Amino acid sequence: MAQVKLESETLGSAGGIPTIHKRESLFQDAIRRLVRNRAAVVGGTLIIVLILMAVFAPLVAVKSFEIQVLVDQNKVPEWITDIFPTMKPYAQISNDYPFGADYVGRDLFSRIVYGARVSLAVAFIGPLISLLIGVIYGSISGYFGGRVDNIMMRIVDILYAFPSLLFIILLLAFFRSTISDIQPGTPAYALSKLDEAMGGMFFIFVGIGLTAWETMARLTRGQVLSVREKEFIEAAHTIGASNLRIMFRHILPNILGPLVVAETLAIPGYISTEAFLSFIGLGVNPPTPSWGAMISDGATTIRTYPNQTIFPALALAITMFAFNFLGDGLRDALDPRLRGTQ
Amino acid sequence: MGRYVIRRLLYMVVVILVVSIITFGLMHAIPGGPFSREKALPAETLKVLEERYHLDDPLWKQYIDYIYNVLIPHVTTTPPSTELSDDFMVNVQIGSVWIRWMNFGPSFKSRSRTVNDIFRDNLPISAQLGTMALIIAILIGMPLGILAALKQNTIWDYFGMGVAIFGVSVPVIVLGPIFVWVFGVALKWFPPTGWGGKPPWVFGFLPSNLGWDFFKYAIMPSVALGLGSSAVIARLTRATLLQTVREDYIRTARSKGLQERVIITRHALKNSMIPVITILGPLFAALVTGTFVTELMFGIPGMGKYFVTSITNRDYPVIMGTILLYAVFLVFANLLVDIMYAYLDPRIRYD
Repeated sequence: MAQVKLESETLGSAGGIPTIHKRESLFQDAIRRLVRNRAAVVGGTLIIVLILMAVFAPLVAVKSFEIQVLVDQNKVPEWITDIFPTMKPYAQISNDYPFGADYVGRDLFSRIVYGARVSLAVAFIGPLISLLIGVIYGSISGYFGGRVDNIMMRIVDILYAFPSLLFIILLLAFFRSTISDIQPGTPAYALSKLDEAMGGMFFIFVGIGLTAWETMARLTRGQVLSVREKEFIEAAHTIGASNLRIMFRHILPNILGPLVVAETLAIPGYISTEAFLSFIGLGVNPPTPSWGAMISDGATTIRTYPNQTIFPALALAITMFAFNFLGDGLRDALDPRLRGTQ
Repeated sequence: MGRYVIRRLLYMVVVILVVSIITFGLMHAIPGGPFSREKALPAETLKVLEERYHLDDPLWKQYIDYIYNVLIPHVTTTPPSTELSDDFMVNVQIGSVWIRWMNFGPSFKSRSRTVNDIFRDNLPISAQLGTMALIIAILIGMPLGILAALKQNTIWDYFGMGVAIFGVSVPVIVLGPIFVWVFGVALKWFPPTGWGGKPPWVFGFLPSNLGWDFFKYAIMPSVALGLGSSAVIARLTRATLLQTVREDYIRTARSKGLQERVIITRHALKNSMIPVITILGPLFAALVTGTFVTELMFGIPGMGKYFVTSITNRDYPVIMGTILLYAVFLVFANLLVDIMYAYLDPRIRYD
């Protein structure tokens, strides 16, 4: 990169036109390209807004997400009956609830705002776990090669044959029902307490992490293989750098770009997995609000009170849009070759 | 090629065995059994039940028995009976000898049915949904991608890619309720829930009533399921086609004066299909497991409902059977894709 810049500077001055190129790191270059991408900026902004909303949920949503006001069951504000005119004949109007109240009289708006916490937590911690396991596994496999590589990749192949959604369901059923049987004082007990404190989110992270790292491991291995034979790695070997140092100081920074892009593009998948798990009742513990659980609750009354399902569904869709836009933008910015052609 | 396929098939057996061991172990590690109730059953009843289903055997024996019944073809002289523990999927008679294969065992929850019964009645419905979704994914995805690539940077391109990003961003769990309400409840175009395919199944999975009373139920869930995959196909088709039309052989074809239509269909499209074929494997996997979500959203009586309830009920044979069956599907789909890949691109040789 630096070499190219130097050449263009000398060429510029030779031609008599003084061109001043500010030295840019790869990273700054990527940021500049990212900011120029309008869709990515919209996605990024939306994510920031969502994060702020989740962090400051008590300020955004004044009403409680768990207090059940039974007299207000299924009440809707007036503007919703304008959008869903079929509700007019039977809907009870109460403008206290911006999106209406659910089937036990909880404020839907508050539940959607607090629900962002679960989806965003999955969106950030899911990739972290899958990156951590996948990158370590993949780089060991790719770096050492030979028999180690062969065995490690066969294991990944086998795990790939698992229908992952079915496997997550089984795993979560295992976690959820083992909790009650664990004796205090064991590590498993500490984990189950942690899960309880997080409203049931911890085991979702574990479930997603345990099934999502395989793709990461394959990708990392491929990237390591392509970098391993480069001259600068050989140079590092000759000056006596240790394996660990070469892996983390020389190889990893060079392959991080594609990994981050792949992981960002995988985030919407994690979000919808969590929503699905909560939908079938294996997700977060009630009354912690999750968009998936809200869709599941509302689905039974979708004919009469569509607002109870449609609003959490829209929240989910907007979040996934945002991450997709950002992921696409990141891919184009970090690795323009992946864009197909330009 | 032949040797490669045989090697892959042998390897598949190993993979399936490992999957079965992990599933079996995990399933039995979940506390509680199929006959645990809120109000515990009398000890004698429990004992009789466990004896009947061989749950009192050591785990390794239960596993070996299961694998023996499922995997190993039985050669006997006794014809099939109506006994629940004697329900094999494949029964072939040669003279007085019966070759019988794949007994997935009885279901613990629905006492009068076997896992094979569930497969026979409900799996075809899941297969219909999955097939419809795949057809829709290809029918929407390919033309969209081709159009976007051929008219790059025009309104068509932006429209196509807009649809694509919409498709990957709205999963079934979002599209489901919206479709149900808009097309099922408000516009009343389609029945909001249910399934119209009726047995007897043709070729094992096609409904015998392949008319409007099938499609009016099938269209909404298949589009909801297939849209995400169509987006993936559209994006990849666009990217590869854009790359292909810049290849030298396309320039050669142009320079010798071929019609643009022929260049695109005969040369560019054919060559750009190869990467698209490779993602059909993972795509198929996504669709197959996606049917679970879709079935629950639209109240379709396929395998989805059975699997979820079988886990809460510890209905071991149903859990094992479903996971094994889907794992076999996945590895077969991947093998098929690899073979197709070699067929389409003669440069690829596996031996």
